[in-house]
Amino acid sequence: MEFLSYLISGISLGSVYAIIALGYTMVYGIAKMLNFAHGDVIMVGGYISFCATTYLGLPAVVSILLAMAVCTVLGIVIEGLAYKPLRAAPSLAVLITAIGVSYLLQNSALLIWGAAAKSYTPIISGTLQLFGGKLSIQYISILTVIVCLVIMAGLTLFTSKSKMGKAMRACSEDKGAAQLMGINVNQTISVTFAIGSALAAVAGVLLCSYSPSLMPTTGSMPGIKAFTAAVFGGIGSIPGAFLGGILLGVIEALAKAYISMQLANAIVFAVLIVVLLVKPTGLLGKKVMEKV
Amino acid sequence: MKINLRNKRTRTDFLTYAGVIIAFVVMTILQKEGAISRSLSGQLVPICAYVTMAISLNLTVGILGELSLGHAGFMSVGAFSGIIAAMSLQSAIPSDGVRLAVAMVLGAFFAAIAGFLVGTPVLRLRGDYLAIVTLAFGEIIKELVNCLLVGYDENGLHMMFNLNGQKTVADLGLTENGIEIIKGAQGATSTTTISTFTAGFILVMVTLIVVLNLIRSRSGRAIMALRDNRIAAESVGINITKYKLMAFVTSAALAGASGALYGLNMASLQATKFNFNTSILVLVFVVLGGLGNIWGSIIAATLLTVLPEMLRSFAEFRMLVYAIVLILVMLATNNPTFKLFFERIRTRFFKKPAKEVRGK
Repeated sequence: MEFLSYLISGISLGSVYAIIALGYTMVYGIAKMLNFAHGDVIMVGGYISFCATTYLGLPAVVSILLAMAVCTVLGIVIEGLAYKPLRAAPSLAVLITAIGVSYLLQNSALLIWGAAAKSYTPIISGTLQLFGGKLSIQYISILTVIVCLVIMAGLTLFTSKSKMGKAMRACSEDKGAAQLMGINVNQTISVTFAIGSALAAVAGVLLCSYSPSLMPTTGSMPGIKAFTAAVFGGIGSIPGAFLGGILLGVIEALAKAYISMQLANAIVFAVLIVVLLVKPTGLLGKKVMEKV
Repeated sequence: MKINLRNKRTRTDFLTYAGVIIAFVVMTILQKEGAISRSLSGQLVPICAYVTMAISLNLTVGILGELSLGHAGFMSVGAFSGIIAAMSLQSAIPSDGVRLAVAMVLGAFFAAIAGFLVGTPVLRLRGDYLAIVTLAFGEIIKELVNCLLVGYDENGLHMMFNLNGQKTVADLGLTENGIEIIKGAQGATSTTTISTFTAGFILVMVTLIVVLNLIRSRSGRAIMALRDNRIAAESVGINITKYKLMAFVTSAALAGASGALYGLNMASLQATKFNFNTSILVLVFVVLGGLGNIWGSIIAATLLTVLPEMLRSFAEFRMLVYAIVLILVMLATNNPTFKLFFERIRTRFFKKPAKEVRGK
């Protein structure tokens, strides 16, 4: 029973990672860049939702929608101002710019909201008691898993059925050819950033409901871990990000419970290294043939 | 050895050495005269450490062409093994300078071992996958050091891993004269600081000599060939693993020495100091200085270490300004429109004589 409760908390934590990892992996798939500022968009989402509920007294659902709207706009603005001018630049230059954006967001948050941790009111509280109180599951865990599944299903449908989704897949396959077919590559990339940032806002709200202290650096560690999860599952692949996120969460929860609280992150990263050595493109990553 | 100064590369190398020496002499004189502020003179040793870090990372990223996001991990290994060495050899080697040198060599040695252990399996991966594994390695090192308890007494060195979070230094069973060197998450809290600016300068010079000679050697050309076209290099018989490891381990060892210098400059040092952000900071130095450009790394590392100090008048806005400067510099150096704009300004205000001649 104890194992089951650790497993459940792992899966729900993993769902948060998966939602963040989806944002990473979509952007990577299309723009071929590691968007290091993604973790900080999560933090912004958390703060917006916090302000909406605490200062404006809006209901939780409205605050989530507001956070999503703000983060979407933020994502498009960041992409337009910082990444679009560097479309033809070497990937390292874009990476450093992304790091600059990450610093910018963190320090702006520091100026606006201060360094002290804000205590976030979880959007949903209480626990579900099962088996006569032997197994208790927080409602937020259940909600997180459901949200993650819905997003996952929605994204899969979106990328396989809709016109924009098809354009995205075409761009990630071959940008030049996509452009020749009349696809607006720049617009597609902007939409990808918008979707990724909206997902980051959802992830931010869920993350803050989990560990209710909100700081300007709240997003960085989950950001790194979600990035790891995306690589773990094979970066660029949407089911891969989902699988990687869940696995990462479960490994982390079980390592914390059974091996060592202190070394949990180290164990997660060690597993990642082993997986990458056995399967160098991640669990569901495509193996790219090399042409000489 | 005959030095041909007409060779452009040799000339650049010697100018680099000369530049560092001049900078050292000027700073030493200014420091003697008391012409530089306390905060800046406290930054001299960290600047040397970061310059070494930037040059060594440039070897991996610029020369070998592999993105590493865990360079601070090697710095951490070097720092803590250097601190352990320096603290436990206190009675055996009374001279501070010699002890610092031994600590730096040991730091480099252990970091090189770590580099070898990480590099052997990992260098088979490519691009972003290699980057994520180096990132993972940096985080693992951070957590391991966070659990480490080390003490020293007349019976030798005592080490322990604090796996469950309940052990403290008291569990090491030190005798009365024992010293507690690393206390888990609190880090090394009572290190005797023995690093000096001169030692830092020597380290930078040694690093330059090692890296520049490596680049200009046969091995260096092999490494750069791997960067430019791996398959072509392999087909002419270059041993990929050997040369990749050579660059990676050298880079790790230099980072370790720089870590020892940095660690022995701080009375109190925690493993969290060498986190992902530090790796990124060094990467920023390398990219801003120019990939493969050693001189650029030195300047970028120095300026960006001093910049937050200089921005102190902006008070709480300084990191914000730093971030904006970073983004603008990247845009200015990489965006075609910006480049053209700067080119126009340059031709308008600083007309090059050669161009004028051609114009006539």
